[in-house]
Amino acid sequence: MNPLLQALWVARKDLAIEFRTKESLNAAGAFAVVILLLFSFVFDPASPEVATIGGGLLWLCFAFGGALIFNRGFARELPNECLDALLASPVSASSLLAGKAITSFVLLLIVEAVSLFVFGFFYDVRWWLHPLKLFAVCALATWGIAILGAAFGAMTVNLKLRELMLPVLIYPLLLPLLMAAIELTNNLLMNQVTSDSLLWGRVLLVFDIVYTSLAVALAETILVN
Amino acid sequence: MREKLVYILAIVGAVLLAWNLYGIFTVLPDEAAQGAIYRIIFIHVPAAITAFTGFFIALVLSAMYLKTGDLRYDSAAASVTEVSFVFACVNVATGSIWARIIWGIWWTWDPRLTSMFVCLLIYFGYLMLRKAIDEPTQRGRLSAALSIFGFVDVIIVWKSIQWWRTQHPSPVLSIRTGGGNIDPAMEHMIYRDLLAFLLIAAAIVLVRMRQEMIEREIDSLRRLAHA
Amino acid sequence: MPPAIRLEAVWKYYGDYPALRNYTLQVAEGDCCALLGRNGAGKTTLLRVLAGLSPFQKGDISLLGWKPRSGEARRNTGFLGHGIGVYEDLSARENLRFFATVAGMKQAHSPISSWLERVDLARVADIPVRQYSRGMRQRLALARTFLASPRILLLDEPFTSLDDRAIAMMGELLRDARAGGATILFSTHQIREAMVIASHVTLIEQGKLRYSGVRTQEMLDDPGHLYREHTELGGF
Repeated sequence: MNPLLQALWVARKDLAIEFRTKESLNAAGAFAVVILLLFSFVFDPASPEVATIGGGLLWLCFAFGGALIFNRGFARELPNECLDALLASPVSASSLLAGKAITSFVLLLIVEAVSLFVFGFFYDVRWWLHPLKLFAVCALATWGIAILGAAFGAMTVNLKLRELMLPVLIYPLLLPLLMAAIELTNNLLMNQVTSDSLLWGRVLLVFDIVYTSLAVALAETILVN
Repeated sequence: MREKLVYILAIVGAVLLAWNLYGIFTVLPDEAAQGAIYRIIFIHVPAAITAFTGFFIALVLSAMYLKTGDLRYDSAAASVTEVSFVFACVNVATGSIWARIIWGIWWTWDPRLTSMFVCLLIYFGYLMLRKAIDEPTQRGRLSAALSIFGFVDVIIVWKSIQWWRTQHPSPVLSIRTGGGNIDPAMEHMIYRDLLAFLLIAAAIVLVRMRQEMIEREIDSLRRLAHA
Repeated sequence: MPPAIRLEAVWKYYGDYPALRNYTLQVAEGDCCALLGRNGAGKTTLLRVLAGLSPFQKGDISLLGWKPRSGEARRNTGFLGHGIGVYEDLSARENLRFFATVAGMKQAHSPISSWLERVDLARVADIPVRQYSRGMRQRLALARTFLASPRILLLDEPFTSLDDRAIAMMGELLRDARAGGATILFSTHQIREAMVIASHVTLIEQGKLRYSGVRTQEMLDDPGHLYREHTELGGF
């Protein structure tokens, strides 16, 4: 069976479970909204400044909410030792890892959509000026978070301190991606798309390509040990 | 044999460092603009180069471990990373002291400082991950993978410097500037200090490697006792 | 005919500690081999290495001529570990359909229904596994393991914690699988039951092979015999 198809089946299975239980979706969505609320006490939410820091605010929400999502990714395979059953099955380790990334990607995009509406509602920021460009930024950056989240989720799946280790390991690595996403989102929120935007877009693209290839290449090493 | 090598490296490194310090404080003159504090560059720059040399070597050793499965590469990679981490800390600390004198602040969110900080966090994660895994073979594989992820990230982070305005002093070594940015005597001293640092780092790495191997042996004895 | 499972001088290390030491074993196609040994002797390690869940360092292993962990080996191997390996929030049918699809089984529908019948879960096939009793879960795990008609079965203590009905079902499934030409390697503590089912026996102690050969009538009559004769530590 085609590895990509296998990955999609793993993702389909995970999404079916997730939509049934909504364990990480509810948690991540609620968490992101809570952060949005908390930020209103950090600065004056009525000031026009909000648009200039809106990108940072949003991506911190997404990154933190993301942790709740990719933390669950491989942890979902632990009860009943499903991870062993999957690894011993014809699903390749890289398909499994990619499947987990696709799951996190979809779930995180849902959380982002909700957060954007809440953000627009609370802070009166018109984020819908460049819907396609914003979606492209979200998609590229979210995939980066998802693939790194899956790789590190796989790395820490057997550790006792899994939930604690994962954010500490992953956020420093996500820095270039978050930098680029924040910059681009700010530009879009302020309705000023500059030549710099292309540069940061390229950072996102390079990040995604590099880490997707690394994660796929190292999947066996990470999962089979 | 190995023990002798450690002593030789450490002694040669220490003597060289002492000789360098003598030169730095008594022979070389104060710098025109900065005065005496500029001397920190003789620690700051070699520490950075030592750290990054180490991180790169650790990357190669990690890849070698994944390729061969020989745990000696894993011990080496872990030891080198640890020692490099310390030198990276030295780099940040000396830079911070220098900034306090020259800029009046301990820290500035200049991209180069920020990326060094991120680099420290990444490798701190590496050391933390190693602590969290008991089984040596699993620890080797996972930390090798993390080492590869981390080093690639350091490159991406580092690259982004070029796209930000930086207030960090520009590179001084001729190898990067084509010369003319620094007095040859001072540049010479930076290289001499680098050599001393590398020798000392190598000595510590060998000691740490020995400890790693003993630790693994203890682990295997414990497993044997439990079996 | 080449053996279905072949281990040549296999060494597996945890750090410096050898969990498998120079293990050599051959299981011919169609044989049912019981893997015996005390706790911590290396039974689970051996099965995990064969199932491709754990790398080994030295030696050579072939499963039907393929390396463990290769796609072909995994496609032809059924593995049942200590966990049942099914998802609590999916129904029995969804669980089986998922594992059948990723195994690349064509027209995946029909074998699933017949397997559900066979393990007597057809009536509850669309209820989430979360609501199943222990025995029902175990039967579902059996269906998952045997679903793709694997030519090699690796079972880690399959009888432990099974209820009587599942044990009977397991015995029946193993018999049928063998009749269909499958090769079976299973570890167990229930030495008496093992002797009845097994055609061959291999004994592991501290990662070393102690005995490997045909299960004799003597073993069937006196299961402790094997341990007394072949382990350094003696009987039970």
